Parts: sequence; C-alpha cells; structure tokens
Amino acid sequence: MKKILSTILVLSMLLSLLAMPALAADPLELTMFFPVNVGGSVAQLIDDMTTEFNKQNPDIQVKAVYTGNYDDTVTAIQTAIGTSGQPDLFVSLATQRFTMDDTGMAMALDDIIANDPEGQAFVDDFIDGFMLDSYVEGGRIISIPFQRSTMVMFYNKDAFREVGLDPEQPPKNWTELVDYATKLTNDKRYGVAIALNSGSAQWAFTGFSLQNCTNGVGLMSGDGKEVYFNTPENVEALQLWLDLQNKYKCMAPGIVQWTDMPTQFLAGEVAMIYHTTGNLTNIRNNANFDFGVCFLPAGRQWGAPTGGGNFYITKGISEERQQAAWKYIKFMCSTENAAQWSINTGYVATRESCYETEVLKDYYASFPQALVAYEQLPYAQPELTTYNAAEMWRILNDNIQAAVTGEMTAEEALAAAQEQGDELLADYQ
Amino acid sequence: MNAKKAGSLGVSLLSVVLGLIWLAPLFWLVSTALTETTFNMSFFPHSAFTFRNIRYVWNAVPFGQYYLNTIILVVVTFCIQFVTSTMAAYSLAFLNYRGKSLVFVIIFMQIIIPNDVLIIPNYLTVSELGLIDSKFGIMVPFLGSAMAIFLLRQHFKTVPRAFGEAAKIDGANLWQTIWRVYMPCAKPAYMSFAVISVSYHWNNYLWPLIVTRSPQNRPLTVGLAIFAKSKEADMQWSNVCAATLIIILPLLMAFFIMQKQFMNSFISAGVKE
Amino acid sequence: MTSSAAGRRRREALQGWMLLLPAVLIMLVFTVYPVFRSGYLSLFKYRMGKIPEYIGFGNFEQLFGNSTFWKVMRNTLEFALMTVIPSMILGLCLAFLVNRKGRHIGFIRSAFFYPSVMPMIAIASVWMFIYMARNGLFDQLLVSFGLQPANVLSNKDTVLPAMAVMYVWREAGYLMVFFLSGIQSINQDVLEAAAIDGATGWKTFRYVTLPLLAPTTLFVSTIAFTNCFKLADQVIIMTEGAPNNASSLLLYYIYQQGFTNMNYGRSSALTVIMLLLLMVFSLPRFFSQDRKIHYN
Repeated sequence: MKKILSTILVLSMLLSLLAMPALAADPLELTMFFPVNVGGSVAQLIDDMTTEFNKQNPDIQVKAVYTGNYDDTVTAIQTAIGTSGQPDLFVSLATQRFTMDDTGMAMALDDIIANDPEGQAFVDDFIDGFMLDSYVEGGRIISIPFQRSTMVMFYNKDAFREVGLDPEQPPKNWTELVDYATKLTNDKRYGVAIALNSGSAQWAFTGFSLQNCTNGVGLMSGDGKEVYFNTPENVEALQLWLDLQNKYKCMAPGIVQWTDMPTQFLAGEVAMIYHTTGNLTNIRNNANFDFGVCFLPAGRQWGAPTGGGNFYITKGISEERQQAAWKYIKFMCSTENAAQWSINTGYVATRESCYETEVLKDYYASFPQALVAYEQLPYAQPELTTYNAAEMWRILNDNIQAAVTGEMTAEEALAAAQEQGDELLADYQ
Repeated sequence: MNAKKAGSLGVSLLSVVLGLIWLAPLFWLVSTALTETTFNMSFFPHSAFTFRNIRYVWNAVPFGQYYLNTIILVVVTFCIQFVTSTMAAYSLAFLNYRGKSLVFVIIFMQIIIPNDVLIIPNYLTVSELGLIDSKFGIMVPFLGSAMAIFLLRQHFKTVPRAFGEAAKIDGANLWQTIWRVYMPCAKPAYMSFAVISVSYHWNNYLWPLIVTRSPQNRPLTVGLAIFAKSKEADMQWSNVCAATLIIILPLLMAFFIMQKQFMNSFISAGVKE
Repeated sequence: MTSSAAGRRRREALQGWMLLLPAVLIMLVFTVYPVFRSGYLSLFKYRMGKIPEYIGFGNFEQLFGNSTFWKVMRNTLEFALMTVIPSMILGLCLAFLVNRKGRHIGFIRSAFFYPSVMPMIAIASVWMFIYMARNGLFDQLLVSFGLQPANVLSNKDTVLPAMAVMYVWREAGYLMVFFLSGIQSINQDVLEAAAIDGATGWKTFRYVTLPLLAPTTLFVSTIAFTNCFKLADQVIIMTEGAPNNASSLLLYYIYQQGFTNMNYGRSSALTVIMLLLLMVFSLPRFFSQDRKIHYN
C-alpha cells in the first residue's frame, strides 16, 4: 500500500513537473524601436543587451527593431503609433520631448517612478546635464537618458607639430580657433570642419550659441515655447562660421556632411573637427596619427550641446506592459550596463554612479581622451528643443544654410529663422 | 560611297563612346564594391580585389531577409495583379453593360496619377485598415493595375471572336475560355506586364519606406537607403557600393540577358505603372 | 424585346461587374478616394495627434505666403525643364544613333537603357559619391582640369543641375526606346518617296521624319513630365533638400511636411497642388491619337 502511494506521489510530481512549462504564462512580448547614429556596431550591441535581458527575464521578451537613423526612427514612430504595429517603447531624440508629450505619443513616467521603491534614486543618479531634457510641461519626466553624447573637438596632434603648434595646447577660445585653423590650413588640408548639413548644423550651432550668449540659455527657453535665434550674440556666432569659410578660408566652403567628416579627419584632410563623442571609438580604431580630444573652444564662456537619444514609453499601453518596459529601461540603464555601453560606443555614461565603477575607471586610465566629454558636461546644455521640434530644426538649418551659401547675411538669416520660429510656436503662446 | 562608309563608322564609334560613358558609373560601382577600401576615391581601382566589402555588408545588414521580402512582394503582387487584371480586361473587352466609360475614367486617372503622389491619403487609409508594417500593406494599392488591364484588353480584342465562341460551344465555361483561348494569345502582353510589374516593385522605395517598420517587412530598397543614410562614422563608399551591387544585381543580370524583351515591355506598357 | 433577352443582358452586366470588381475596388480605394480625401483634408488644420480643425483654404493661404513653398514650386518646374527637354533631345539622338542593325547594337542599346532598371535609390547612392566634396569623382575631374573642386551638392546654384545630369543619364535611355519604336514604325515608302523627290538627308529628317514622330514626341513628353514630378527618392538620399531647400522638390516637400513635420493638412494641400500640376501636364494625352492611350 505504501509502495503504491509513493509511486502515485512520484508520478504526480513528475507529471506536474512536465506540466509546469505549459502552465507558465506566455512571455509578454514588447517591441522597441531604436536608431543608431554613430560608428561601430551599435545595433549589434543593443541586440546583445536585449538578449541578455530576455534571458534574465523569461516572462518578458523584448524585440529590438533597428529603424534607421534618428530621422527615420522619428518617422517610423510617428507612423506606427496608434496602429497594431506600434512599439511599446522606443529610443528617440531627447529633443523630441515636447513633441512626444504634445502629440500624446509618449507617456509621463512620474507615476511609474513613484510606484517603484527604487524609482526616485534611479532617476536622481542621472547626470543633471542629461536629465535636463527629460522634463516637459509641469515638471513631468517623459524620458530616461540612454545613448547620450556631447560635442567635443578632435584634433590631429601630428598636424599641430607640423606647423609648430603645441600638440598639448588645443585652441581654448574663438580667437585661438581662428588663429590655429589658419595656421593648419594648406593645399591639402583645411584647419577646421563643422558639419552644416540639415540635422547637424543646429547641433553645432547650439554649442556656439551657448559659448557666446549672455542670457545663459542660448537658443531657446526651457519650456520649449520660445526661441531666441536673432540675438546679436547668435549673429556673431554665425558670422564666425562664415568668416572661417570666407574670410580666413580655413574651413571648406559650402556644406560639409556630418558623415564625411570623420573620414576626412582620418584621411588627414582636416586638422580639427567638431564631432560627437560617439565617434571616439571609430577614430581611435582607425587613426594612423596621434590625435587629441578637447573642450569646444570657448567664446564668452565654455559651452557645448548635449544630444542623443532617450527611452520613451508609448502612451496608452497596458499597465503590465508599462511595467515590463520600465524594467527593461532600468536594465539597459543600470550602472554596470550604462558604464559598459559608454566604453563600447563612446557615448557618455549617463549616471553619476557609473564613474565609480572599476570598468569605467580603468577605461579612463587607459584612454584619457574619453574623459574630456564628462569633464565638459557641467558646461553642456540640451540642443535646440521646442514644440514641433523637427520643423524647428529644419527652420534653423535651412536659414543657416542660406547664410552659408551666401543667399543671406548672418543677420538676415537668423532674423528669418526667428520669424518662422515664432510663427511655428504661435499656437503654444 | 567612301564618305558613306566613313559616316557609318563615325556613327558606330560615337555610339560606342557614348555607351562607355553611360556605363562608367556602373563600372565604378562594381569595381569599388569589389576592391579594398581606401581613403581616396578613384575611377580606376587602385587596390586589391576583395569580397570583404560584400561580406561585411551582407553581415552588417540583414540583406537575406530583405531579399526574401522583396521576392515575396514582387511575386505575390504580380500574381494578384495577374488575376484581377485578366478578369477586368476580359470584362471590358467582351461584355456589354452600362457604366463602362466610368471604369475607363478610373483607369485613366490611375495612369496619369502615379501612386507615389498619394502617399498621404493612402498612408492614412492603410493605417486605418491596420496594414501598417505588413507586406500586404505595401502591395495593396497596386493590386488593381490600370496599365495591366489596359494592355491585356488591347490584346484580348485582337483575338477573333470566333475563337471564344468555339470554346463556348465546346462547353468551356468562362474561366476555361479565358485560360485556354485568351491567355495564350495575349502571352506577349503578359510578358510585358510581368517585366514592368517586377521591375517597378523591385525598385519602389517611397511607399514601402512609409509603410514598413521592421526588418521582417522591409524590402531591399528601404534597407539600402537605411544603410546609406545611417550616420555611421565608418561609412565608406566601398560599403555603400557593395550594398548597392547586392540589391541591383538580379534585375540587372535579367536585363542584360533579356534586354530586348525588357525594352519592348517598357514600350508596350507606355508607363511605369 | 423579350424578357429572356433582358435577362441575358442583366446576367452579362452582372458578370461584367463581378469580373471588374476586385480591380476596380482597389482603384477606387487607392486612386479615386485618396484624390478626394486629400482635397477634403487640405481644408483642415490637421497635425498628427491633434483634432482636425476646419480652416477653409487656410492651408493654401499659408503656403502661398510662404517663400519656401514658392522655392519648391520653382525648383520642381525648373527641374522638369532641366531634365525633360534634354532627356527627350538626347533620347531622340540616341534613338537615331542605335537605329541600325549589327551584331553589337543590342549591347549598345542596353548600355543606354540599363539605368532604367536600377532603383532610383541605388543610382542616388552611387551618384552621391560621384558628387562628394573634393574626394568625389566629379571634383577630381575638375581638379585634373586645373579647376577648383565644386562640391556641387552643397551649392544652391549647382545642386539641381547636378541632380538633373544624373536624372538625364537615367531617363534618356528610357525615352530612347520610345523614339526608336516610333522611328521604326515610320513607313519606309514615305522616306523613299522623299528621296526620289530629291530630299537630302537633313531635309528628309526635318520635313518628313520629325513631323511623323510628332505623336510619339507628344506622348513621350507626358510620360517624361509625369515621371519627373513623382521624384523624391534621390532628394531623400542625397541632400534632404539642402542647401536651404534649393534641392527640395514637390513630392519630397509633401513627404517632409507629412512624415517629418506630421502636418497632414498642409501636405494634403500640397498633394492637391501636385494633382493639378499632373493634370495640366497630362492634357496632351487627351488630344493624342496614340493607340496606347486612345481607348476605343
């Protein structure tokens, strides 16, 4: 009798074991859209991290969908939201914050943060400069910093030596910038390059505006409802660009493409470039000369734009999905992952605690150029961000290009940009 | 006589020279795709032959998936067009009823208004139908092809009525009549329409760009554009050339093999859909 | 009239419409309806995520008061003239050039035609590098002639012509085959009669061949214009309209307003303008006697 009982018991246990997988609920499937904007196999890295997350959380399966560059991704999100193929979360430009809120594409995260015991500490740990463009009207948090970058200057130390400049003393201000760039220019090489194509010019210009402004905010108000394009300081900044091209002839005329610049730098065709920290790894791997990384030369003060992408959660998805998405975001932005992510990509680590980790400390010890971006962060502010962000970008870019191609003077171009910008924001006053 | 001969030689020579100029971009594309990456672009290759670019691109971008997507798109679109157009063409060619002229107006509208122009309203419609990011969403606006209907109708009309009557007397129903009598007679028209449809959908970009989101549905053209536009800092022309070569190769080879058929098809279609 | 005849007629009509139904339904939904829908939406202030608000002709008024819009319209028409006329002339010349028999003539025709079977997106990707600043093949060519590199895509005066050269390269071979078929369908007797009348080569061409090609030319011009107006791919790849919209074309502008700025109202208004443009340039088809478009 005992034997029979124990057999039944063992059998039933075996059966229930077999039944276990069948009983477990299907994993919750989430879709994430993400862009890639810099060198290296970043898309692959995100896939790998996502696979790791899925392994650790068998009840959630995140599908990461690479949707092209930032512009393509914004279009992809806009056209997908509200359809059956909508993502549950996505990475998009931090500057899309007002638009995402205004059009109801992304949800405010404050409730999720409040309900998560670790939520507040998690958010507080992010570097202030990066959290700045997570806020929307009413102080709500709409996004979490992820692939964040800032602009730095890369310079060719060999070229500096060649013309008798001290390779350890890169230009510190605009006067030196002009001076050095002129010296570095010859038949085969331009002194300096700034990308002026649509989608890049406004980024560099944010930096120059911050360096030169007297109002402390550069191009726009913090609430995204006003722009200050036509201040005398900004006109001066744009005039500097035009002078570099036309007067000093130390920057290539016309519009240099963002994507061509690293190649030109690596080929020795230009000695100093304004580019993203996200390009660090690529330049390190491919430069066959000694290169340095430094702060953007100051005007009235130091200044640099931050940029890059943040995590957003799609508005209107179920509570369960929100929680899963939040869990994924916390995983991707954990101290260890954020630090490793920074090392692998050249993006700036987004959390203060990252800088306490051994991996990042070791990395900076072996590659001090990478630390420049972090040190510059206290002077950095978000790039141009307003309501209808994409259109506002276009307005500024178009008019900068008008000045660069000689259609307008710097003053006329920024006045036109101001007028068009005011009109675009009229609905929000 | 000698002058005439010299003239004819001159014409030959001129056409060969122009032909070479026309082929130059293709030559550069192929040679760049198949040689080592360098910092300096040159027309004639100046580095070693390699498959490295092709391999790199093939691994960096899911071109295998994109190929599959494009092939599915092209084949399924053509098959459905084949059926819908045959039916409509038969109806317009042989059956008598009122309202036909209205149909011709619609056909005419589609011929003068390219689908690309209607991206905004069609995107909204496809979105309301829940077909965003699906292969069917890419295909659906093209499933009734005015060009095909028109072309087939012209050919059906040249078939003597007696053939159709004879088939009917033999007891063939409508489908059998179309299948056995009209389709074989209109073979050249079907070939033309196949060539046009396949090359149009193989090459189409704007509409699939708007409709698709994910690699599971993206066709080759959208994949190439994403690759060429991605602000990858290590972007190199040799990689873009390799990617371009990958996507144009099948159609281009088909064209060079059947060039006469291709050119005649474009003539008889008159429009690129 | 007997009732059975009426019944047969009704059956035939039913059958006719049933056969038409799938194709016509698709055409109604994706060609006819969107024409009216863009007309309707063009009357609304309508951005994604916002409730549409009726504003009459407000979108049109805004566009007409917007210098970018006029620039885009001018670009579109300029680009059409810069491409359609040269590619037609070139296409005609090429057609005469390859209107021969010979062993290699098929290959030479293919050399002119092959760009038409390549996606515009692929062509643009390749030509973008040809036109690349300094390092690009075109600038290298200029330098080898002792000229300054031009960086044509970043200059407001050269960006459209540069794109036009690319497009003519693509389109000439395509138009060539139409002219070729036109030339070959000219009755040889007419040409011989002209020769007997003492007409020389040029005279035959000017007074006999060319007039006989007139219907083909008219037909080809409508195709060329329609093809040209529906171009946006190369703008998306090569310039995104830069510098300062100097290379922005109407369809690209529609795409940009609709899918980047999410302004559905304004892009619908632009669609309406595009439709009007297409209609005007398709008018010749109504009067053309060409069999391909004459539907009786």
